Amino acid sequence: MLIRKPADLRYSDVTPKEIYLNRRRFIGAGAATLGALALPSAALATAKINGLVQSGPYHNLGNEKPSPKPTVTSYNNFYEFGTGKEDPSENAPKWKVPAEWTIRIEGEVMQPKTLSLDQVMKLAPPEERIYRLRCVERWSVVVPWIGFSLSTLLKQVQPTGKAKYVAFETYYDSKAMLSPREAGIPFPYVEGLRLDEAMHPLAMLSFGMYGETMPNQNGAPVRIVVPWKYGYKSIKSIARIRFVEKEPPTDWNLYSSHEYGFYSNVNPEVDHPRWSQKIEQRLGGGFLGQGTQMPTVKFNGYGAQVASLYSGMDLVKYH
Amino acid sequence: MNRFLSSKWTKAAVFVLSLVPLGILLWLCWEAYSSSDPTEYVTANPIEYITHYTGDWTIRFICFTLCITPLRMLLNRPQITRFRRMLGLFAFFYGCVHFGVWLLLDPRQNTIPAIWEDIVKRRYITMGMLALLAMLPLAITSTAGWVRRLGFKRWKKIHRLIYLTAIAAVIHYWWLVKSDIRLPLMYAAIVTVLLAYRVIAWMRARNGKPAVDRKPQPTVSAS
Repeated sequence: MLIRKPADLRYSDVTPKEIYLNRRRFIGAGAATLGALALPSAALATAKINGLVQSGPYHNLGNEKPSPKPTVTSYNNFYEFGTGKEDPSENAPKWKVPAEWTIRIEGEVMQPKTLSLDQVMKLAPPEERIYRLRCVERWSVVVPWIGFSLSTLLKQVQPTGKAKYVAFETYYDSKAMLSPREAGIPFPYVEGLRLDEAMHPLAMLSFGMYGETMPNQNGAPVRIVVPWKYGYKSIKSIARIRFVEKEPPTDWNLYSSHEYGFYSNVNPEVDHPRWSQKIEQRLGGGFLGQGTQMPTVKFNGYGAQVASLYSGMDLVKYH
Repeated sequence: MNRFLSSKWTKAAVFVLSLVPLGILLWLCWEAYSSSDPTEYVTANPIEYITHYTGDWTIRFICFTLCITPLRMLLNRPQITRFRRMLGLFAFFYGCVHFGVWLLLDPRQNTIPAIWEDIVKRRYITMGMLALLAMLPLAITSTAGWVRRLGFKRWKKIHRLIYLTAIAAVIHYWWLVKSDIRLPLMYAAIVTVLLAYRVIAWMRARNGKPAVDRKPQPTVSAS
């Protein structure tokens, strides 16, 4: 395995590359009044990440080509910034990521810790990992994330013997974001993993994509990526991590437990009540995505790595 | 006003306007097809975008159609009824496009059993099918010939199926959204008002009063 010196990069040091793209073309006022379209322009502010490690066991397990960047940055589920797919790319860039970002790690640990973003990013060299992301809504993308195993961060604290699960919480700012009432789901957004899932090397802490820092709509400044589970398990803009004894509440499960289970492993054999999960639409494959509908694979194709976590478990019951 | 409403040009204009959403969609698809970044036009998920776009216009045209009778009564302008058939047929047209896109392009196994399973097992799809199928007899019997053949009373009775379509379409939308029900709620409110108007008009007519008082109420003189 390639070992490199951690990149000497401070999040606050990088010069923001302001890219103002007129991504949405304005369509005549006539169309707008017909209620057909609202076409905003989005501003992206990301910076290059230096010292990227583009090798290692998890660099590109599936040997896949990443989806086009506009696909991944324009089509998001980030309900804090709007429930339409294109809302986050319009609204999130207007949100200013707090300069003094910290991640609080607490709960069933010997010594709770609060780490700054700079401290977190220095824990290990930034690796590029090309993962598939399968949304519960049947679409999927391939994303070149930047970060390292979540376990690297979790190992910074000593869990007590009681710790069985890890609970995550997304940053919530009621002034800049939707209210739970508007979005229809509880905020701050909460998620959770079993301890062994969270410690699995595939589970990732990510602070960038496509060679740059994380765009706001994709979960800036730092998020979690769990590639064998449906997208909503991969919590964005993470502010708090808590080791707990009992299965923690998770957001979509709180909204509708029969539709969204705690485990939410990608599984074509378990239908969502409103649609079959057998086929997925791989986005970014050209207009109408011809030929890009493909069978969904159990554990999103990462079964060789993670299936052993669930041996003997009824994955229909624990969906 | 009456001349405007009775003009054949007004009818032609409504026809052309009703085609504008389709025109915009075709233009967006063409731009997306010829652009290096289709997300600018039809989002990163064109199939979903087109499905939702045509669904939105179906429910809007259902509402437009239901507006005709209340408008006619409130404004006391029977000429408005001239536009009802066309708007209803456009609702059916956009509904068919919506259904066709779902049938051919929705990510699922493209086998008849898989499609059938979707229709019977997914309640929002069942409801959508009900909304569309209820419009089918209305589209077929929309001609003057069919009004004659059925007799106006019977024809009118059959065409009340549009109320079923409207309710089913709202439920279809409501059941399909994930958690943000604001838009389905808006359509539910619109359809409720439009249907409630008819119920009130019917009740008033039964009591021998016109639905809308044609003459202004006599005012109490201030002297």
